[in-house]
Amino acid sequence: MAEAVSTERVAANTNYATAIREALFAGAISFGLFVLLVGLKTDQNIRNELILVQRWGVLAILVLLTMAGRFAYVAYLQPTLAARAAARAKAPAVAVEPSALRKNWTKLAVLGLFLYPVVIVALVGLQGSLKWVDNFGIQILIYVMLAWGLNIVVGLAGLLDLGYVAFYAVGAYSYALLASEFGWSFWILLPAAGMMAAFWGVILGFPVLRLRGDYLAIVTLAFGEIIRLVIINWREVTNGSAGISGIPKVTFFGIFNFDVSSPHYIGKVLGIATSGAYYKIFLYYLILLLAMLTAFVTIRLRRMPVGRAWEALREDEIACRSLGINTTTTKLTAFATGAMFGGFAGSFFAARQGFVSPESFVFLESAIILAIVVLGGMGSLAGIAVAAVVMIGGTEILREMQFLKAVFGDGFTPELYRMLLFGLAMVIVMVWKPRGFVGSREPTAFLHERKAVSASFTKEGHG
Amino acid sequence: MQYFVQQLINGLTLGSIYGLIAIGYTMVYGIIGMINFAHGDIFMIGAFTALIVFLILGAVFYSVPVVIALLVMMIVAMLLTSLYNWTIEKVAYRPLRGSFRLAPLITAIGMSIALSNFVQVTQGPRNKPIPPMVSQVYNIGGISVSLKQIIIVIVTVSLLAIFWYVVNRTSLGRAQRACEQDRKMAALLGIDVDRTISITFIMGAALAAVAGTLFLMYYGVVVFSDGFVPGVKAFTAAVLGGIGSIPGAVVGGLMIGFIESMWSAYFSIDYKDVAAFSILAIVLIFLPSGILGRPEVEKV
Repeated sequence: MAEAVSTERVAANTNYATAIREALFAGAISFGLFVLLVGLKTDQNIRNELILVQRWGVLAILVLLTMAGRFAYVAYLQPTLAARAAARAKAPAVAVEPSALRKNWTKLAVLGLFLYPVVIVALVGLQGSLKWVDNFGIQILIYVMLAWGLNIVVGLAGLLDLGYVAFYAVGAYSYALLASEFGWSFWILLPAAGMMAAFWGVILGFPVLRLRGDYLAIVTLAFGEIIRLVIINWREVTNGSAGISGIPKVTFFGIFNFDVSSPHYIGKVLGIATSGAYYKIFLYYLILLLAMLTAFVTIRLRRMPVGRAWEALREDEIACRSLGINTTTTKLTAFATGAMFGGFAGSFFAARQGFVSPESFVFLESAIILAIVVLGGMGSLAGIAVAAVVMIGGTEILREMQFLKAVFGDGFTPELYRMLLFGLAMVIVMVWKPRGFVGSREPTAFLHERKAVSASFTKEGHG
Repeated sequence: MQYFVQQLINGLTLGSIYGLIAIGYTMVYGIIGMINFAHGDIFMIGAFTALIVFLILGAVFYSVPVVIALLVMMIVAMLLTSLYNWTIEKVAYRPLRGSFRLAPLITAIGMSIALSNFVQVTQGPRNKPIPPMVSQVYNIGGISVSLKQIIIVIVTVSLLAIFWYVVNRTSLGRAQRACEQDRKMAALLGIDVDRTISITFIMGAALAAVAGTLFLMYYGVVVFSDGFVPGVKAFTAAVLGGIGSIPGAVVGGLMIGFIESMWSAYFSIDYKDVAAFSILAIVLIFLPSGILGRPEVEKV
C-alpha cells in the first residue's frame, strides 16, 4: 500500500519535472520565434523612415504564456487525456439506443432555423434583430450553402478544388451585371447565374479531367486566381477593383419590394412601419431555402446513379472505370453541380450586399470554404453545418467582444485578431479531430446491413 | 534584341527568387506528399526578419558595408525562419502524419492564414519601405544590369550548388532521398525519418529566407500579405517543373520568371499573372506530371 503511494508520488514528481523541462524548452522556442517580430515593431516616423519600437514587455508576456500553457498541458491535460483514453479502451462497447432528441435532431435543427428570426425579433425587437439576423444568420448560411456545394465536388466526387470561389464570383457578377444593366429580376437571374457558373464548371472541368490529386488542386487554384485577375483587369465590363455598386434588391416575386421610395414597398403594401429589418429577414429565409435546396439535391443525388458514381469515383477510380462508369461525365457533372450551387450563392451574395468587388473572391474564401468542408467531416452535411457555425460564427462573435477593450485597453481591436484566431482554430480543430466534427456517416449503398462507416475508411480520392 | 535580352535578365532575376521558394515546396512534397501552403508565408517571415535586422544594423552601427549587412540579414533570417518552419512542422503537420491527405493541407492553409495575420497584428498592415541598399547599375552594350540582379543570381547559383552537394553527396541527402522513395523502408534501415523530415523543413525554410532577403533587397519594400502571390507562383513553378523534382523546381521557377517578364514586356502588365497561371494549366494538360517530373504509375 505504502509502496504504491510512493511510486505514485514519484510518478507525479517526474511528471512535474518533465513539465518544467518542456515548459522551459517551449519558452526558449517561443522566445526565438517572437524576439524580432513581437519584441520589435517597425513603425514609420514623421519623415516616413522606418524606425524600430521596442516592446519587450509584450514579448515577455507571450513567452510566459507559452511556458504556462505548455506546463499545464504536460502536467495536467496530457495525463487526464491519457487516463480518459485508457478508460474508454477498457469500457465494454454498449449499444446505446439514441434518444428521441438525437433521432429527430435534423428536423429539430431545421425547425430551429426557421424560427430563429422570429425568436430574435421577439427577444431584441425589430431594429435590434438586424445584426443577429444579418451577421450571424445570413453570413453563416451563405457559408453553409457554399460548403455544401463544394462538398459535392470534394466530399462526394473526391476532386480537390481550391478555386471554388471562382464560381461564387461568376454567380455574383452575373447577377450584378445583368441586374444593373438590364434590370432583370432576381428570380430570372438566379437560375441564369447558376447555369452560368455550371457552364464555367464544365469549362474548367474539361482540361483538368486528366489531372489527379494535387495537380488538380493547383490548376483549380490557378483558375480561381485567373477569374479574379480577369475581373480586376477587365475594367470596361466589371469596373475593375472598384467593383459594381447599386445592385438591385430582391423583390418578393414582384408582389412587393424592399425599396422604401417605391409604391410597392412592403410597409405600404402590408400597412406596417418602415424598417430595414424586413429585407434582412426576407433574405434570411431566402438563403435558408437555397441552402435547404442544396442539401435536398445532394441527398437525393446520392441515391441516384450519378451520385453513386461520384462516390465510387472517390473511392477508386480504376475500379470505377473497369465497371464501365464514364469518368469524364461523372467528373464534369460533379464540377457543374457544385459550381451551380456556388453560382446561386454568388447571386444571392450580390443581391444581399448590393455591391460586389474582386476583394470578396480571394483565395482565402476558397480556403475557408474548403476548411469548413474538411473540418465538418467530408461528405457529412450536418457536420459541415456545425463547422460553418463554429468557424464563421466564432469569428463573427469576435467582432462583438467589445468588453475585451476594457481588459486590454482602448487601443485593442478584437477584429484585428479575427483571422489570426481563425487560422489557429483551423490548425487546432484539425489536429484535435482529424476526421472532422462528424466522423462517421451512413453508407449510401450497402450489402445486407446498414453499418455506419467510420470516416477513417473514407478515401479522399485522387481525382 | 537588346530589349529581349534585357527582359531575359529580368526574368532570370525573378525566376531565381521563385526557384528558391519552389525548392521548399517541392522537397516537402517529395518527402511527405503534402502541399505546404504556409511556405509562402515562411518566405514573407524571412523577408520581415531581414527587414528588422536591416533596421537594427542601421540603428546600432553608423554604416555597415553592404556585403556584411546582406550576409547578416540572410543568416539571421535563415535561422529564425528555420525555427518557424521547424515549429510549424512539429505542431501542425507531425500529429497528422498518417492521417488522410487533406488534413495536413488544411492545417497548412490555417498556418498560412495565421502567419500572415500574425505579422499583420505585430508589425502593422502598412507597406514597409527601406532605402535602397544597392543601387549601382552597369551598362553592357546597351543592356543595363543592376548590381542587385547580379547579387541575386550569384547568391542563387551558389546556394543551389551547396544544396545540390548536400542532397546528392552527403549522408543527410541520402537519407532524404531514401525517405522520399519509401518512408517505411527507410525507417526499417535505421534512418530517423522524423529528424530527416524536420531537416527538410529547415532546409526549405532557409532557402525561402534567402529568397525573402533577396526580395527585400530587390524591391525595397515588404508587406504582411507578400507571402501569398510569390508563394502561389513558386508553387506553380514547382508543379510546372514536376513536383518532387528539385531541378524541376529551378527550371519551373525560371520559366515562370521568364513568362512573367516577357508577358509584361510584350503584351500587358495587368495580365502577367493570368499568363503564368494559364501556361501552367496548358502545360499540365499536355504533360500531366510537369516538365521534369516522373509520371505517376497507376498500381491496381
